Amino acid sequence: MSKFSTNEFKGGLKVMIDHDPYSILENEYVKPGKGQAFNRVKLRNLKTGRVLERTFKSGDVLDGADVVDCDMQYLYCDGEFWHFMNPTTFEQISASATAVGDTKQWLKEQDTYIMTLWNGVPLTIEAPNTVTLKIVETDPGVRGDTATGGTKPATLETGAIVRVPLFLEEGDVIKVDTRKGEYLSRANKA
Amino acid sequence: MIQKKFQLRAMLYQKIRTFFSERNVLEVETPLLCQHTVTDPHIESFIVPINGDAINRVSTNYYLQTSPEYAMKRLLAAGSGSIYQITKSFRVGESGHQHNPEFTMLEWYRVGFDHHDLMDEIDLFLQILLQTSPADKISYRNLFLKYLQFDPFQIDCESLKKLISKNNIAVDTNDIDHDTCLQILLSHLIEPTLGVEKPLFIYDFPVTQAALAKIRHDDPPVAERFELYMNGSEIANGFHELTDPVEQQMRFEKNQRDRKNNQQTVPAIDHYFINALKSGLPHCAGVAIGIDRLLMQYTKTKNIQDVVSFTFDKA
Repeated sequence: MSKFSTNEFKGGLKVMIDHDPYSILENEYVKPGKGQAFNRVKLRNLKTGRVLERTFKSGDVLDGADVVDCDMQYLYCDGEFWHFMNPTTFEQISASATAVGDTKQWLKEQDTYIMTLWNGVPLTIEAPNTVTLKIVETDPGVRGDTATGGTKPATLETGAIVRVPLFLEEGDVIKVDTRKGEYLSRANKA
Repeated sequence: MIQKKFQLRAMLYQKIRTFFSERNVLEVETPLLCQHTVTDPHIESFIVPINGDAINRVSTNYYLQTSPEYAMKRLLAAGSGSIYQITKSFRVGESGHQHNPEFTMLEWYRVGFDHHDLMDEIDLFLQILLQTSPADKISYRNLFLKYLQFDPFQIDCESLKKLISKNNIAVDTNDIDHDTCLQILLSHLIEPTLGVEKPLFIYDFPVTQAALAKIRHDDPPVAERFELYMNGSEIANGFHELTDPVEQQMRFEKNQRDRKNNQQTVPAIDHYFINALKSGLPHCAGVAIGIDRLLMQYTKTKNIQDVVSFTFDKA
């Protein structure tokens, strides 16, 4: 297992603390003119998403976390697990509801997502910042209401519900910002 | 933008030179490459192999100086009178928002001054150069009493460790000593608020943090050392200088023992410097000011890369 000294700390480095994998968010080197140097570090727990602050003496060493990001194609959900495939090796990996989390509402079969693996087990699945999806259910728009910039809920093919402008109809294809869950624009029909 | 950066630096240097020439403080230069270096366990020096000539091929190591202190004190002992220097200094591994392993230092010595005289002069220096308000002063002891309600000269190490965890500072306290505990509390809980409206001097440190300062035998004894803070950043460190060669030698030997225990390299003691003290260092006070930090204050940036040409990783 690789080890990292405080002088190698930087944003994005994956390390182990108390048996959990963490990603370094910020690293601040603190050094009194005379005296012990420290690193004040902000880290995100990759299992829980919680952010914590730790202070290390400069020179302290942490184990690296065997965490890798890979592009995975979403195949299907069997009701309990979400199944993905590595498009180059064709290796299949199934992810639990915890790992899939809120991303499940954006998962469309055949599309590619970023899977973070820790010791070969999926920690998180991340959707691209924007996805293109079809509206499968929405009330018909009411003419004349567009001036107020009104919106209405629309259910997308993956099950996600977003607010869309009134003129959109079932069967329309739209671009959505997955970070905010917001409608961005109309897309050409897929 | 790039022009502005260097215009400010050039202007600052000009003002510094004017300030000192008006006070008959002489500008000097000392070697960047020296045969000796600091023994301080918390400072690491860059080693430079000096190649021998083609026939003998003997090579020895020199060090890039981490501060011009020893060389300047040799000049003082040789009768230079009050002196100053703007120089590069080098410290291994000191990289961060406020640190670059190669940085610029302004160091000056005033013969006949004690640390309070020198703090007063620095205060004036800041008022003239950076248009700051007159500085505040607080002793190290009163600082802790004021902010954390304990006496740093009385409290034991175990109580300090309890305070660290009580204040939710997540750090492994198993193998840290009394001074390091104090520094953790200072840097996490006090420092960010120091010197915000006007510069702040902290003076009279614990003797265990004396470095090269003279010790005054009060009860408890204190090291006549000071630090300057502006907007939560340490800008300068100064001493009423230790002039006793025997005590200096003992402090260096303690450094060497500490370095050995930490399994660090153990540099030899600079005998040129010790000999200079033996020949007689005049009573004086000295200070090192980080010029890059000063420019960061002037331009209100939190990042050293905004005031230097190229940081270490891009040098």
